[in-house]
Amino acid sequence: MNFWDFLGSRHQQLLADAYQHASAVFQCMVVATLLGVLIGVVTYRSEWAGNLATVSTSTILTIPSLAMIGLLIPIVGLGVPPTVTALTLYGLLPIVRNSIVGLRGVDPALVDAAKGIGMSRAARLLRVELPLAWPPILTGIRVSTQMLMGIAAIAAYASGPGLGNEIFRGIASLGSKNALNQVLAGTLGIIILALLFDAAYVLLGRLTIPRGIRA
Amino acid sequence: MPETTGTTTAADGGETAAGAATGATIELEALTKVYPGNPQPAVENVSMEIKAGETVIFVGPSGCGKSTTLKMINRLIEPSGGRIRINGEDVTDIDPVKLRRKVGYAIQSSGLFPHMTVAQNIALVPRMIGWSKARIRSRVEEMLDLVGLDPGEFHNRYPRQLSGGQQQRVGVARALAADPPVLLMDEPFGAVDPITRDHLQDELIRLQHELHKTIVFVTHDFDEAIKLGDRIAVLRERSHIAQFDTPEAILTNPADDFVSGFVGAGAALKRLNLSRVRDVAITEYPTVTVEDPLQHIFDRLRDAGTNEILLLDRHRRPYKWLRRGDLMRARGSLARAGTLVHDTVTRDATLRDALEAVLTDNAGRVAVTGRRGEYTGVVDMETLMNSVHELLEADRLDALEHQHDLEETRTGQTQAEQEGFGGIGGRA
Repeated sequence: MNFWDFLGSRHQQLLADAYQHASAVFQCMVVATLLGVLIGVVTYRSEWAGNLATVSTSTILTIPSLAMIGLLIPIVGLGVPPTVTALTLYGLLPIVRNSIVGLRGVDPALVDAAKGIGMSRAARLLRVELPLAWPPILTGIRVSTQMLMGIAAIAAYASGPGLGNEIFRGIASLGSKNALNQVLAGTLGIIILALLFDAAYVLLGRLTIPRGIRA
Repeated sequence: MPETTGTTTAADGGETAAGAATGATIELEALTKVYPGNPQPAVENVSMEIKAGETVIFVGPSGCGKSTTLKMINRLIEPSGGRIRINGEDVTDIDPVKLRRKVGYAIQSSGLFPHMTVAQNIALVPRMIGWSKARIRSRVEEMLDLVGLDPGEFHNRYPRQLSGGQQQRVGVARALAADPPVLLMDEPFGAVDPITRDHLQDELIRLQHELHKTIVFVTHDFDEAIKLGDRIAVLRERSHIAQFDTPEAILTNPADDFVSGFVGAGAALKRLNLSRVRDVAITEYPTVTVEDPLQHIFDRLRDAGTNEILLLDRHRRPYKWLRRGDLMRARGSLARAGTLVHDTVTRDATLRDALEAVLTDNAGRVAVTGRRGEYTGVVDMETLMNSVHELLEADRLDALEHQHDLEETRTGQTQAEQEGFGGIGGRA
């Protein structure tokens, strides 16, 4: 059976896996974005709090993903919970770091002007600082998503959802006639998903970054 | 002429009491700012009273605390001590956000938000204080018009699509959008090129003529201070007031070496910046328009009693200087006869601008125009010299009187201190 025949016969399974993969990454990204921007907003004003946030999220990233999921299994069990927890934690770093950098990068004169014309602290944040920091934050979200696409494959190790299952199945049955096709299908699927997500982000940037600050 | 300025301000105040826009008084009382970890206060014990509708300029070397003092008025920097009263109301402890919505604020390099359009920037404060959409929309158009930008063209532009001067105009429009009685300006024209700066200063003078806000303006450029200020506070380190007086008084009678050092050379020339063409005698000049029949123009030239007459275009704007014989030489064709008017001054131009124009004109005169560029008269060298002499003479008399007053108050103070009221003076 060549690769195309394999795709033809398994396309239903593959599409279901791909959908679950995308859905898991998407949902974790939503959570990671909310959490990451929140951490950024809370910490960017203080030198040490900002650094602490960056350092701790980058420490999380240095933990090997297989080990992280393995460590999570005894705590949250198998399946979806360890996947979501791990992906969300891994997704934090680029978002937190870019939020802090973006918020700190807002011209102090503009913050001064915002204060000077009588904007409250919340208004300043929502109407001036976050919109101006949005391009770097969006970049962070993009990087995060790319990363999570790959890491999500590991989730299959904890019986999580997604294309990782194809890859793991293939690796487990190395030597059998479909092993290579399975690994290939899983990997290519992830790459295609990543490219689709990236295209979506480009579109999102077009729609959400005001014309006045678009590069 | 401090008296004249005083009465003008008072008259302005009276005028605006009836209108919508009116200034407010600002009183600073022993205002002090101490930064933690720094034993020297950045601003020490500044007290001054600013009248409603007055333009007061804080001028001083960099680092003298003038900006800090300004920012304490809208409490961008919280004062460590002292009181601020606006229109008699103590605002030292009210919610700063509320205070700032009543106080316009314009800063260097405009401070416009790059992600919002010009209209959104201007609409910010009106939106925050809850104006209706329709009211905001018409206000934005009005403000753009006021600062001399075409609403249709600039409404939807982003700040980066504007020149530096245009950005600064929008910055001023934003500061004035909710019609605050007070406008604080922190070196607003510091980052634009000299020509644009000159235009912006003229615009601000025109605006203030219409609006009568109380403006506090910080600059390190003394010439700018002279041009814009009703009164100038020359500040030295820690914002100590070296002199607080009208530009005329500071130019002719600097309080001490620090002030005269700051005034710099050429005080007489700078004095020309303080008077405007409308203050001096404008000579009437024989004129004809392009629509007059040729015969009439010939008659005027013959009867005028001057060597030349001024030819106006259809909108009564100065067009050409016609000398006797010009028409003959051009065989009766107005299109070819005479020399084009290449420079005019407005009634609001300073005498210095007028002098410049007169000096560069080959016949030593310049046409004065009104709002829409229409002819109103002519200024020549003789008029200028006469008026300058009169001005300087008047200043000298004022200065003498002023000195006399000062001595009297000093004697008064000494007496008071000797009588035991020295406590307050001692603390200062």
